[in-house]
Amino acid sequence: MALRKRSMGVVAVITAAGLGLAACGQSSGGEGDAIELTITQNSIQGGKNAKTAEHIADWVIPQFEAAQKAKGKNVTVKFVPSGVDDEQYKTKLSLDLKSGKGADVIDIDGIWAGEFAEAGYIKPLSEVVGPEADSWDGWAQIPEAVQQMAAFNDKKYALPVGTDGRVLYFNKTLFQQAGLPADWQPTSWQEILDAGAKLKSSGVPVPIQINAGTAMGEATSMQGVLPLLAGAGGEVQQDGKWTGASQPLKDALGLYQKIYGGGLGDPRLQQEAKGRDKSFQQFAEGKIGILMEGDYFWRGVVNPKEGVAPMDDRDQAVGYAMIPAIEPGKGLRGQDFVSMSGGALRTVNPNSKHPKEAFELLAFTLSPEALKEETKDGNVRITPRTDVNKEILAGEPLLTYISEKVLPVTAYRPPVAVYPQVSVALQEATAAVVGGTAPDQAAADYQKKLEGIVGGAGNITTP
Amino acid sequence: MTRFVLGRIGFYTLVAVLLAFFTIPLLWLVTAPFTSDPTYEVKVPDFTLDNFRAVLEHPYALPSLWNSVVLSVGSAVLVVVMAALAAYALSRVRLPGRDALLYALLLLSSIITGTAAMVPLFQLAVELNLIDSQLGLILILTGGLLPAAIFMLKDFMDSTPKSYEESARVFGASPLQIVRHVVVPLVRPGLATIAVWAVANVWGNFLMPYLLLSDVEKQPAAVITYTLYTEGGQANLSMLSTFGLLYSIPVVLMYLFVSKKYGFRFHGGIKR
Amino acid sequence: MAQAISPPPEVVREDGPARGDSTDAAGLGRVRAAVFVAPALLLIAVFLVFPALWVLYLGLTNYRLTGVAAAEPQFVGLDNFIAAVTTPAFWNSTWLTVEFVLGSAVIGQAVLGFTIAWLMRDRRGTLKRAVEGLVILAWILPSAIVAFLWVALLDRDSGTLNAMLGIPGFAWLLDHPMLSIIIFNVWRGTAFSMMLYGAALGNVPPSHLESARLAGASSWQQLRDVVFPHIRGHILTNLLLISLWTFNDFGPFLLTAGGPDGRSEVLAVHVYKVALQAGELGHGAAVSTVILLINLVVAVFYLRLLRSKK
Repeated sequence: MALRKRSMGVVAVITAAGLGLAACGQSSGGEGDAIELTITQNSIQGGKNAKTAEHIADWVIPQFEAAQKAKGKNVTVKFVPSGVDDEQYKTKLSLDLKSGKGADVIDIDGIWAGEFAEAGYIKPLSEVVGPEADSWDGWAQIPEAVQQMAAFNDKKYALPVGTDGRVLYFNKTLFQQAGLPADWQPTSWQEILDAGAKLKSSGVPVPIQINAGTAMGEATSMQGVLPLLAGAGGEVQQDGKWTGASQPLKDALGLYQKIYGGGLGDPRLQQEAKGRDKSFQQFAEGKIGILMEGDYFWRGVVNPKEGVAPMDDRDQAVGYAMIPAIEPGKGLRGQDFVSMSGGALRTVNPNSKHPKEAFELLAFTLSPEALKEETKDGNVRITPRTDVNKEILAGEPLLTYISEKVLPVTAYRPPVAVYPQVSVALQEATAAVVGGTAPDQAAADYQKKLEGIVGGAGNITTP
Repeated sequence: MTRFVLGRIGFYTLVAVLLAFFTIPLLWLVTAPFTSDPTYEVKVPDFTLDNFRAVLEHPYALPSLWNSVVLSVGSAVLVVVMAALAAYALSRVRLPGRDALLYALLLLSSIITGTAAMVPLFQLAVELNLIDSQLGLILILTGGLLPAAIFMLKDFMDSTPKSYEESARVFGASPLQIVRHVVVPLVRPGLATIAVWAVANVWGNFLMPYLLLSDVEKQPAAVITYTLYTEGGQANLSMLSTFGLLYSIPVVLMYLFVSKKYGFRFHGGIKR
Repeated sequence: MAQAISPPPEVVREDGPARGDSTDAAGLGRVRAAVFVAPALLLIAVFLVFPALWVLYLGLTNYRLTGVAAAEPQFVGLDNFIAAVTTPAFWNSTWLTVEFVLGSAVIGQAVLGFTIAWLMRDRRGTLKRAVEGLVILAWILPSAIVAFLWVALLDRDSGTLNAMLGIPGFAWLLDHPMLSIIIFNVWRGTAFSMMLYGAALGNVPPSHLESARLAGASSWQQLRDVVFPHIRGHILTNLLLISLWTFNDFGPFLLTAGGPDGRSEVLAVHVYKVALQAGELGHGAAVSTVILLINLVVAVFYLRLLRSKK
């Protein structure tokens, strides 16, 4: 009988645990004067974006706590690191925010702003925090285009954390061998193809690498079809309507056909699951002549100190040029050169119990002192603030180049929930062309898919 | 005699091919951690220990291995105890709708391990206040593994002889005593197999631990593995290979321990 | 609960190890049997049945991870199912999955697992331990790590396999994606079948094999006439489990990401792309439900096979 009693006891314990009676709740509620804040980013010490994580944990948090103490407030801040794939980070954030959980201060990708706002996961800062959000002194230092990234339906949902830009990188050593200039700057697509042909005849295995296909995911859109679309004068969405099989799209796909159908690129590389990693490796090994990439490539890939494909002679051997329009003046907004940009946002969780203090923390992480501290010791990136950029980018020729030349001509993706699916459809169109489909046919197929994604032909224009 | 010799040659050739097939993919795991700046290429290593030093300095790497042990051992114990009791009862007593129930649960368990179930599981955990709780995660993972475990164990219990239980009953043992002292020793290799199966399943699980545990100090090694990438998504191969080796060693040790102690079989023990 | 010792009414009804039929040798009785089953069933009810039914319900809504449909999901009836089965990608995935299950599980794992178990049945010592240990190692290593091992093996430029075969540049993952993931899954999952058949072979009475051998039966005849009839139940259990598991296996994603151009996008990968990458949770749930129905057909098929051969 004793044994049987014990078995009933086991059942009872398990039942209790299963029903969650053994609860251990979240402890972000303030008791008395003590305020607890949490801040989360997709970064982690020892892993993804380690330096940013260290900056938050080792500098921002102690400094902020000390500053609050000086004001007579007892605030403690906890850093919640993440550091996984962006899609999984997004999934987790969405689930947290939907359930009224999540850290007080959160980082999101700029492209998620619209869908998060539509879902009610984030709210305009002036609602969550109050008027101090709009009167933040940092806004005056942030260019209008970068501010727009944090806005949805003309309301500011977050503060921008930074931005980036895309250029054409080229290997100067290979260029010299092919008789091309070290200060190369193409002004039309034809000049890119001509350079590719010269590189090819001088024996370069992969003259041009412009990302294509679905395996590279968003890298195909950002460092491939979208800049080309902009270069041909098009946009993926204009005035709320999605662009179908337009002439600019056909032109962009046509360039893919000329590169990959004409032996100027390696079509297999676009299909491989690790194709982008390999393109980095091959560029570093001197097998790729021209590569379209973001500033991350310079900072994190060929960086001689801590890149994933380091090049000891990066500063001498790697050149960069702006992405030209199909012909001068034929780019988006009549521009000669184009680019695409993204960037992260930082905002206050609408569920925060202490939104005012959370905003103070948020603003503190984007103060000039914090940004200067974060970007020292080789961790330079383009911050949202022009006052800070002037100082920290001084010794960084590429970042200065992007900040001064590229950002004025750049464009952003539409921050809406269906964009990721539209982006995949664009990637599929490039994959089809690289695989031999005619550009017109691939564009028509794209339009058909687009109709399914955005809810019918009524939401599509074909200029 | 020639037939015998040919048979031997055929046997050893086949075994050699099998050994090669199962060994060659593992080469990278034993060379890359000892190579500076490893790539996907398997090369003779330069026997550096820098990669191990880097992993030791990683603030979350080693603690995450401990978390993996807690999660997988916790789940395995629950799975084995509950599945054994349930499988025994289902094997010995006719409960109405028994077989249909087992099959239905087995089918449902496949839906719950898929991506589509993440939202219901997350919201359920929120409602039951099991977010950020390792116990909660163990219960959720156990729920997903139980049907297959019961299914396998019941098959096994069905084929053990009942005479021992009858004699134990004659001597007045209670059912729970019979299970503990008669049935469990008989089915021990089967239980060990289910335990290892459960551990292996939980050990490699990434998505649910990541979604349900926010606190990095509670997260298992599978989650930490996915953070060893750069901001652009490039794998840090020196860290990944080294941590991967450390991450694999505990399951290998467990296998050696279990196979030595209990034998590693579904139906060991008694032969009829 | 009063009669702790007195035997319950249903005692031994028939002799022998009849599968599916029970003999209450321990005097459990229905009530205590229910108590034994209760903890497992409770946990399953809360953490499996309830969320699984929820998934079935989500399949009837337009629920998304983000955007307007996350805030106010609408009931859309069978729209998701119609959308799913009219997508060419879905049928492509279904056929690839059938290929994957037949090739890697039903043929690959089951045959290789049985072969190893048969070869090793009478052996003891180092060779047996080495073979079984390696096979099981492939099974228990974490999948995040295994993915890197196989990329290193099959890489077209620096892969071990191409180096050994002397064919640099041969793109296994691009030119033969299904073959690659099938071989991969055979490597990964053979251990389970090996252990199950190893155990089943241990239960085949040696005397039967001996008399067959004396009667001059070849190895194949011994297998066909003595071994298979004895282990038929185990074969079907094994095939059922590995088919279901392989059907829902996400492993190929780590190797090929479903590519190139969807040529290895099995259903589990398809659901991942729809639900997680595109955030269309309602659509993903609907596809999961269709997978469940296909699994049901597979299970019923095996059950029929089990019954008809009895």
